[in-house]
Amino acid sequence: MWEVFVRAGRGLSHVHAGSLHAPDAEFALRNARDLYTRRGEGTSIWVVPADAITTSDPGSKGAFFESPAGKNYRHASYYTASEGVPHL
Amino acid sequence: MTTEMLIDEADAQAAFDAIIEADSRIEPRDWMPAAYRKTLIRQISQHAHSEIIGMQPEGNWITRAPSLKRKAILMAKVQDEAGHGLYLYSAAQTLGITRDEMTEQLIEGRARYSSIFNYPTPTWADMGAIGWLVDGAAICNQVPLCRASYGPYGRAMVRICKEESFHQRQGFEILLTLMQGSPAQREMAQDAVDRWYWPSLMMFGPPDDESPNSAQSMAWNIKRFSNDDLRQRFIGMLVPQAEVLGVTLPDPELRWDAAAQRWHTSEIDWTEFHEVLAGRGPMNVERIRNRRNAHEDGAWVREAATEYARKQAEREAAWSLSSETRSLSSETRSLSSETRSLSLSKGAA
Repeated sequence: MWEVFVRAGRGLSHVHAGSLHAPDAEFALRNARDLYTRRGEGTSIWVVPADAITTSDPGSKGAFFESPAGKNYRHASYYTASEGVPHL
Repeated sequence: MTTEMLIDEADAQAAFDAIIEADSRIEPRDWMPAAYRKTLIRQISQHAHSEIIGMQPEGNWITRAPSLKRKAILMAKVQDEAGHGLYLYSAAQTLGITRDEMTEQLIEGRARYSSIFNYPTPTWADMGAIGWLVDGAAICNQVPLCRASYGPYGRAMVRICKEESFHQRQGFEILLTLMQGSPAQREMAQDAVDRWYWPSLMMFGPPDDESPNSAQSMAWNIKRFSNDDLRQRFIGMLVPQAEVLGVTLPDPELRWDAAAQRWHTSEIDWTEFHEVLAGRGPMNVERIRNRRNAHEDGAWVREAATEYARKQAEREAAWSLSSETRSLSSETRSLSSETRSLSLSKGAA
């Protein structure tokens, strides 16, 4: 099985479109073209064997992704003393 | 089962319930109740089978379409149906069932697909009726499914809905052309509508008190509206469209009941629906037989492609092994010529 990523146009990134079955990479590319770009949805296709993809464990959400709560200093809106200063 | 495992499952169930309560989405690696997984596998695979089988009633007219443009359009529609089936098979696979299992279930008659595809398509006007009525009903059913709680299913439905709207317009315009044609064409169009109207209404399924899966599906945010609600919505869409076409919907009782705020219709004859669903419709046997033949006759293509891929992979592995060997032996040669020149210079000293 292969996962398919399609770039809709220049300047955009590839977005996951879905999956399909194929015996090898070349077939996978052609199948992806027929299955996911019948209406010119993309200028570039990537196909990746599904088992080559490593995924994060949804269960370890909290531990794996550092909690963003209490770290508002990562956002510009946290800094109020510079309000009104030009170009800041 | 240890208490620890029970507590974990209770936690997982609570997390699942919270996601459903928040009207958010369940994704493939989330914990889900076994019954949720099972009902989705059933529903999504049946939906996929319907698309694939649905290629047949229309495929029937590709070689006999009245013009080249109509032929190209019909082929595009049938290609879309194949694509829709494939999106849905992929979505079902994220729940743990394999493509092979689903294909087998269909071919062996153990899986259901939409009853509507068990009717024959004897005239070109049937292409119009199918596009207008069958795809129209499908759209009514599928738009709410875009918000189904299972992520891959909802996303597949979004993709499908984008493509489905051309299907309905295509059918409508076929009927419009016929209704603006000769008396024989008008008769053909009306006859097709007469034959497809009631089966299309039945696509939404029996009234919900007779539909065993509805309540649980709604609680899990898979199903958003009742069968009867969807059917009413569909009729409401059709009435003005039928007026534009100039066709008569074959229900003498059909009228808007202002007091009840719903469409009053004749009683639907559900025995036909149950007969067709049980495999005794006019085309059930042929549909499955065609699918089985396509699968078996196409086996050589799958085998050849797999064998070719295997050989290519072997060749590539052998090539990279031999080129590694070649670069290793050229390294050895340069090492030994270095050694020779070193010993020569030593000897000279």
